[in-house]
Amino acid sequence: MSQTKPVLRINGLQIALPEGADRPFAVDGVSLELNAGEILCIVGESGSGKSMSANAMMGLLPDLVHPTAGEILFDHMDLLKLSEDELRDLRGRKLAMIFQEPMSALNPLMRVDDQIAEVFEAHNLLTPAQRRTRAIELLTEVGIPDPEKAARAYPFQLSGGQRQRVMIAMALALEPEILIADEPTTALDVTTQAQILDLIANLQERHGMAVMFITHDFGVVAEIADRVAVMQFGKIVEQGNASDVLDNPQHEYTRKLIAAIPKLHTGETEELDKSKPILEVVGLTKTYRSGGGLFGSPERVVHAVNRISFELGVGETLGVVGESGSGKSSVGRCLVRLQDPDEGSVLLNGEDMAALTGERLRTARKSIQMIFQDPFASLNPRSRVGRIIAEGPIAHGVPAKQAYDRAAELLELVGLDPSAIDRYPHEFSGGQRQRIGIARALALEPKIIIADEAVSALDVSIQAQVLDLLAELKQRLNLSLVFITHDLRVAAQICDRIAVMQKGNLVELGTADEIFNHPRSDYTRSLIEAIPGREKELAATG
Amino acid sequence: MRDFWKRFKRNRGAVAGLAILVLVILIAILAPLLFPQSPWKMVQRPFLPPLTMEALPLGTDALGRNVLSGLAYGAQVSLLIGLVSTVVSLLIGIPIGALAGYFGGIVDDALMRFTEFFQTVPNFALAIVLVAIFEPSVQSIIGAIAIVSWPPVARLVRGEVLSLRSREYVEAAILSGQKNSTIIWRQILPNTLSPIIVLASLMVATAILLESSLSFLGLGDPNLMSWGYMIGAARTVIRQAWWLSFFPGFAILVTVLALNLIGEGLNDALNPRLSRKGK
Repeated sequence: MSQTKPVLRINGLQIALPEGADRPFAVDGVSLELNAGEILCIVGESGSGKSMSANAMMGLLPDLVHPTAGEILFDHMDLLKLSEDELRDLRGRKLAMIFQEPMSALNPLMRVDDQIAEVFEAHNLLTPAQRRTRAIELLTEVGIPDPEKAARAYPFQLSGGQRQRVMIAMALALEPEILIADEPTTALDVTTQAQILDLIANLQERHGMAVMFITHDFGVVAEIADRVAVMQFGKIVEQGNASDVLDNPQHEYTRKLIAAIPKLHTGETEELDKSKPILEVVGLTKTYRSGGGLFGSPERVVHAVNRISFELGVGETLGVVGESGSGKSSVGRCLVRLQDPDEGSVLLNGEDMAALTGERLRTARKSIQMIFQDPFASLNPRSRVGRIIAEGPIAHGVPAKQAYDRAAELLELVGLDPSAIDRYPHEFSGGQRQRIGIARALALEPKIIIADEAVSALDVSIQAQVLDLLAELKQRLNLSLVFITHDLRVAAQICDRIAVMQKGNLVELGTADEIFNHPRSDYTRSLIEAIPGREKELAATG
Repeated sequence: MRDFWKRFKRNRGAVAGLAILVLVILIAILAPLLFPQSPWKMVQRPFLPPLTMEALPLGTDALGRNVLSGLAYGAQVSLLIGLVSTVVSLLIGIPIGALAGYFGGIVDDALMRFTEFFQTVPNFALAIVLVAIFEPSVQSIIGAIAIVSWPPVARLVRGEVLSLRSREYVEAAILSGQKNSTIIWRQILPNTLSPIIVLASLMVATAILLESSLSFLGLGDPNLMSWGYMIGAARTVIRQAWWLSFFPGFAILVTVLALNLIGEGLNDALNPRLSRKGK
């Protein structure tokens, strides 16, 4: 941090979008300095132009998008004016990049050491034997367990975190001066994310690189950044030292973003009538089997849900948290019978959902509805919004006119204009679409709503609005909520009780306060410790 | 819709194809007005070369019939058979593909094996056999072409339905208590429309070629003048009267080319994300 010599300087960068986009410039008048040996975080919500700026540096802009003004100075050269050959020489050697999705950034048909060796080959360095040795050294440095074995592995044989480590090893291969990391931990679980952040900070220090870290997550910023630049609509609205920006944000937008981050302290748990749970789950089990069969290959058995039991009270919000592969989504899908559980019962008002079929299942499902994760995939692109909401009631015999009137009311209830009824989903933003999804779930007047990662795909400010809406609707309509999420901050904010899942098992179940302040299992503790930005927050609240 | 036209227009070939197709359709519709006499009627001496008489710019055939009039009436037959047989094969292929993709499991297995059964028999051979069994007529030709060309439709629709089936909006529809038939009809099929339209435009072209080939072999409807029949009838005299096979052959080429260009334009316009780079 003490060094202040800028290695890279962006002056008045402007990148034009093709005609017909929602604004003329993806990036407009951005000026930045990246100093040697510092980590600069660029933060912004989706569409803020943060990735475009990074891609411009690497010459990786999409075909229809091109810089119209400004310069990117590196080593006395303007990167925007270099030819493709000159750029190619710089990439990897001086500037390296890691991406969000390590699975798609690695070649699935190439062994790991061959992919790393390719970096040297592209720049005509070292002999093949040296390249291989160096690959193993690099894998050791990024902390992959058993590097020699991992070197001969294919990407699909590694876990998400290990793949990201391989990507980092490739980026480090030629000791670049600048490392650009575009949301490198967004696709990872929280514990893995903490490890990768540690690794990047470590390597940065050891190699004295400058790191440009692009993220949407202020928690990550708090963990890793020396300096921060906040972007909105293609402009930098605020930049400065990490502690200044986080503790004392000057710009209104930054303040709004920071305020929108779900706080880790838990709300007051309401005293609920525990005598009569609305949903009782006993010994729910779901096992996936694959392989086996005709040619006698060994069968693979995955216990996605392993004898899980819990109760859900009237008006209660139960959080189900866990990392990917913990079986939390399978629980939700078994409850509504999008998947059939192998064993166990789901008692809804005394009726076993797990055993119903046909017409009786159709009727029972009315009282248990779901909100989905992806606001873009969860609405039929060829149906009008009114139709999307009214379809359920119509299927249950409500006259069309009445169903559409009700749809308009519901739209108002979720904070949209009733005129939205005649429009198509693509005319709405992600947050608005999620509101439509909520209206659809409410149309059948359910008693229980299952929200499967319902806010994970949304930007943090939108996320806060949707969470508020859910809390308000829950109060007003006396709904019970099963809230499935990987994000412990969100769970802390909205849930009365929390169930922690790991590899299909229920590790711990308790009130939000118990889980966050007095966790009983080691796994829960490790999850909570891995939440990015937690220490800073603890320090701030004293 | 306006977006669609804008993207379609960007592909020059497709616009040219559309212009040609509109011209062919106009000729087909106006044929009885332009040539009130039957195309089978003798009007001049046989083997009159093109451009020798003003009234008969493309000359006459071996029996003294007007070649230009034959072309115009042939356009009717080609377009009619191309369109109707495509519609029929869509009517067979879409339901089979949708059911197989939606229900999966044993239904899928049964329907796909049935489809493969048709795919293993060479198209043209099967079409010849069918027409030969049912006497050559417009209906039997359309039926035969439809029967040999539906399997690709079924496979395409099945693939689309398989991927749409696991979309969240389909799951939401299941949860809201909609019946399977409603879900297929309202949630899934509308979203398979784009690739089906593209495939259909190419199938019309293939159907026109199949019909011409059947007529060339003498398996066309004996009451209808068609392009394939004209080439077939002229093949023995190709060295004395080149124009008898050249003009109908050119008509087939241009029409099929136009349809293929349109198909490509539709593909660019309906699947903008798949369209090739740098366009």
